Amino acid sequence: MLDRIYKAKTTMEAACKALGRQINIMEVCGTHTVAIFRNGIRSTLPKQLKLLSGPGCPVCVTDQSYIDIVLQIADRDDCIIATYGDMIRVPGKGGSLETKSTRANVKVVLSSEDALQLAKDNPGKTVVFVAVGFETTAPATAVVVKEAAEQNINNFCILSGHKLVVPAMRALVSEKNHNIDAFLCPGHVSVIIGYGAFTEIVENYSRPCVVAGFEPMQIIEGLAEICRQLTAGKAELNSIYTAAVTENGNKTAQKIMAECFEEADGHWRGLGKIEKSTLKLRDKYSRFDALKRFNVTEVPGEDTSGCRCGEVLCGLIEPPECGLFKKSCTTETPVGPCMVSSEGACAAWFKYGPER
Amino acid sequence: MCLAIPARIVELEKDIAVVDAMGNRWKAKTTLLPEAKPGDLVLIHAGFAISLIDEEDAKQTWQLLAEIADFDETQNKLSG
Repeated sequence: MLDRIYKAKTTMEAACKALGRQINIMEVCGTHTVAIFRNGIRSTLPKQLKLLSGPGCPVCVTDQSYIDIVLQIADRDDCIIATYGDMIRVPGKGGSLETKSTRANVKVVLSSEDALQLAKDNPGKTVVFVAVGFETTAPATAVVVKEAAEQNINNFCILSGHKLVVPAMRALVSEKNHNIDAFLCPGHVSVIIGYGAFTEIVENYSRPCVVAGFEPMQIIEGLAEICRQLTAGKAELNSIYTAAVTENGNKTAQKIMAECFEEADGHWRGLGKIEKSTLKLRDKYSRFDALKRFNVTEVPGEDTSGCRCGEVLCGLIEPPECGLFKKSCTTETPVGPCMVSSEGACAAWFKYGPER
Repeated sequence: MCLAIPARIVELEKDIAVVDAMGNRWKAKTTLLPEAKPGDLVLIHAGFAISLIDEEDAKQTWQLLAEIADFDETQNKLSG
């Protein structure tokens, strides 16, 4: 183990020396962000190697308008909101789902199946599933939408906030002034989409993409592999998470997802509108679309005044640079979603910082 | 949110499985991983098996999860 750490550190130092400037590597996965902080990895890296926490936490990148629509539907007496726990504390207009939960129509679920079961158990109410998450989570939503259609469970619908990781990465490196040298790619998203999905980022934008798992050694060796490529002046596609990730991913999950959803333009917090970056239900499943059922449209919402989550998500600033950080915005009283979610960069800095 | 937990399939009927991780058992579905069979180690995300995984990787993750639980408990004791 020590040999491997020493080797990785040497590779990182060689890259810093070879490039003679700061190296910025972005992790695009909230679970990586937490693992990096929890294991104190940042403090072990060479000074010139900087990690940026990108738009890898689904709760954090969910646009304010989506949150406001959820809260609006939560006010209806004929609905039950089924949500993953991560979303419950995100503040919007007039509170959060947590404050609304006193009305007893907000239920936390661990799986999309639980949401569908709620609909079966409560035939007099419409269950609205708050469907957020990247490609790891979207197939689970697709399965239950198909089940609802097959079993004619009409008091079930979803509010799709599902997002795609690669379009967001493309948007970041398409910006003129971006400072991203390489990406540490998400492990469990890659289980579904396969590491081959990052090819365009490597080929069109010359940015190394390395998929890693979540053990500290995986992260350290993933960063070292990126550094090896940077030293050699190369951009390659690589996965060191061989235990679970293949080049083509989980074909069954991809097929179910494609049957149910189509790609659509959509808004991301911090990144704005990104082409073909979200998933919306296909026409044949549109009766399960909460937006259509309740005739609501998404209007890009405004972030809370002073909150700089958007810039944090693009890797432009670090959480302590936000004026609210550790002042009015704490894990107890979060103002922005990056502090609400346990996988948000602000929450990680708050809980495990101060770190370089 | 994309966290997935390794678990072993101990029972399987159609696509409904009972899985076990470190002695904790719960229900999960194998709809997204039709090749899964009893005894297999799989990654579970949001109630669904999404991938097969090898023994070594599963053990490493379980060990890490146990360490995190210990760490969080210690933190709570310190702060509480």
